[in-house]
Amino acid sequence: MADLATRTLPLSGFHGGSASASVSPAAPASRLSLRAKPDAVASLSAALGVDLPTRPKTSASSGSRHALWLGPDEWLIIDETEADLLTAAVSSGVLHSGTDISHRNTALFVKGRGAEATLNSGCPQDLSLAVFPVGACSRTVFGKAEIVLMRTAEDAFRVECWRSFSPYVSGLLAEGAEDSGH
Amino acid sequence: MLLIYCPYCEEERSELEFRGAGDAHIARPTNIADISDEEFEEFFFLRDNPKGLIFERWRHIHGCGRFFNAARDTVSDKFKLTYKAGLPKPDLDATTPAAPVETYEATESNAK
Repeated sequence: MADLATRTLPLSGFHGGSASASVSPAAPASRLSLRAKPDAVASLSAALGVDLPTRPKTSASSGSRHALWLGPDEWLIIDETEADLLTAAVSSGVLHSGTDISHRNTALFVKGRGAEATLNSGCPQDLSLAVFPVGACSRTVFGKAEIVLMRTAEDAFRVECWRSFSPYVSGLLAEGAEDSGH
Repeated sequence: MLLIYCPYCEEERSELEFRGAGDAHIARPTNIADISDEEFEEFFFLRDNPKGLIFERWRHIHGCGRFFNAARDTVSDKFKLTYKAGLPKPDLDATTPAAPVETYEATESNAK
C-alpha cells in the first residue's frame, strides 16, 4: 500500500482573536514572486489576467487573483484558487523572473473594528484609511517578522508571512487582537 | 521613531524597515587588478567617519527592497535628503546653511 504524503498546513488548528478583531488562517493559495522590467509589464499583465500595478503601495485584483506591488520591478501574485501562475507567466513570452513561493508563504486574515489596532501592535506603518486605503499593500515588518500586508476591506487585512514565521506572527496577532478592543 | 523617506515608495517609513549599507559614492576602480595594495586599502577599507554631514547608502530591505542614497547628519541623526541610487551627489551646502547643532558637549558638559 502506498503511503501518500498528507498536506499539513502550517497554521492548522490555530484559532485566535477577540471580540474586536478575528484572526484566522487563510486557505492555501498559489503565489508567484515576479520580477520584470517596465517593458514586460503589459505582456505579463495580459498573460496573468490582472493588471500589474506600477504605483507604490497599490494592488490590483481580478476575481480570486491579486497582484501586489512590492517594489519598482517586483510583484507578489496570489491566486486563491491555486491556479498555476508560473505557467501563465511563462506564456507571456517576455523576459521576466518568476519563482513559485506558494508553500513558502502562508496567510492570515485579520478582520473587525480592531483590525488596524491589532496590526499596529507590531507594524510601524500608518494604517489609517486615508494613508492605507482599501487595496493598498506593502511589504513591511510585524514584530520581528517580515510580512506583506494587504487591505481587503475597511476593517479587513490579509497578512502574508513565511510559513516558518507563522507561529510567531499568528501568536503576536492573537495578542494584538486581545489588546485591540481597549 | 525615526522616519526615513524612501524615494521609491515615495513616503516616509519607519527606520525598522531599513538597513544601512555604508558610505555612498564610493567608486570602484576600473583597473582593480593593477592598483597597489595601499590604493586598494584606501578604496576598500578606509572611510572618513565625519562629524556632521555624511552621504550613505541605505536599503529599504523590508519594503521595496531598493538601495538608495541619503544625506544624514551624524550628530543629530537627522536625514537631510534621500535620493535614488545612481543620481549624482547633491550640493547641500548651496541649499541649506549649516545650522549649529546642540550637542551634549556644547550645552551640558564642561568637559572640553
